Amino acid sequence: MQRGLDSQTKKQLEEEEKKIISEEHWYLDLPDLKEKESFIIEERSFMPCEDLLYGRMSFKGFNPEIEKLMIQMNSRCKEEEIEVDDKMEADVSDEEMARRYETLVGTIGKKFLRKRDQRVLQDEDEDGNSNTRPSKKAKKKFLKPQD
Amino acid sequence: MAAGRGVAAEACVGRVVLPGDVLLLPARPDEDGERLRLGAGAAPRGRLLCGPGLRRCGAGLLVTKCGLLRHRQAGGGGGAYWVDSQQKRYVPVKGDHVIGIVTAKAGDVFKLDVGGSEQASLSYLAFEGATKRNRPNVQVGDLIYGQFLVANKDMEPEMVCIDSSGRSSGMGIIGQDGFLFKVSLGLIRKLLAPKCEIIQELSQLYPFELVLGMNGRIWVKAKTVQQTLIIVNILEACEYMTAEQRKQALAKLSGN
Repeated sequence: MQRGLDSQTKKQLEEEEKKIISEEHWYLDLPDLKEKESFIIEERSFMPCEDLLYGRMSFKGFNPEIEKLMIQMNSRCKEEEIEVDDKMEADVSDEEMARRYETLVGTIGKKFLRKRDQRVLQDEDEDGNSNTRPSKKAKKKFLKPQD
Repeated sequence: MAAGRGVAAEACVGRVVLPGDVLLLPARPDEDGERLRLGAGAAPRGRLLCGPGLRRCGAGLLVTKCGLLRHRQAGGGGGAYWVDSQQKRYVPVKGDHVIGIVTAKAGDVFKLDVGGSEQASLSYLAFEGATKRNRPNVQVGDLIYGQFLVANKDMEPEMVCIDSSGRSSGMGIIGQDGFLFKVSLGLIRKLLAPKCEIIQELSQLYPFELVLGMNGRIWVKAKTVQQTLIIVNILEACEYMTAEQRKQALAKLSGN
């Protein structure tokens, strides 16, 4: 009586088959081709070779728009537009700017103080200016209503 | 094969080359090695531009057109080699600015004759400020100055009249009047060279407007018909005139 293959041996055989398939099927036995870095660019147009000008031209003011365009296009080709970062000449010097800013911050800052603090500030200023000022008003107390 | 191994490219600059010649480029410094070549010798080359008339073959260049070999030392990287050949028949190349004649209006697309083997197509939306409602006013027989968007041997050439940023920059319908004529492609390149004497001398004559298409077509417009025809004749003839003959002819004209 011929017994069928064991389940174990069956599994082994299947795995082996799979292994064989997976290894052989997907890889060709060729040496790796080294991709050559090509340093030659093929170009079919004459423009980059010869630096040709723009095709539309106008002379002696026949077509002013085209003349403006000529200057624009040809200067773009000749000198790659180097955007010159000119430092704008400051109208106001740095020191003056710092001074102004200092005072500005103070002025605007005052607006946002609470009323009490504003008054304190005001008194301080006035004290600073002249010392003959009478003492500040007594703090307001709760006045009991008299019967 | 007939040329043997090949000749050094630098030796042939300015000489006549024939199709089939192999031009060798100087050996490149080692790519893998860290060796630096100091001093003279092969300067490290960036990308080399292989222009029209040349093809890459191995480490050298194969000539495919007969003409003079030209070389330019570009500042950016490497140089550029190309063959200065002469021909009358234009082959559409991507990026070229050409003058086309509208031959048909097929729905949303115009068919233009650019002098190539096939007619180019131009969509009505490829004009500056064109929308579906605001169509450009193009009639059959109009002249259009545009550039190629698609131009290869497998597809129909396509043209547009705007550049990559959407502005027309001079392209579009060429106006009324004027005169269109055809010259060889070599003359166009000569006229478009940065310091062209012919153009400079002509510009001293009288005010006129000129449009040069890379497909060999030139459109001229001046104030009177006579002036226009004079300029046309000079441009056609200057291909075969020497500089002196041209100056004589112009002197006669300005004398008149």
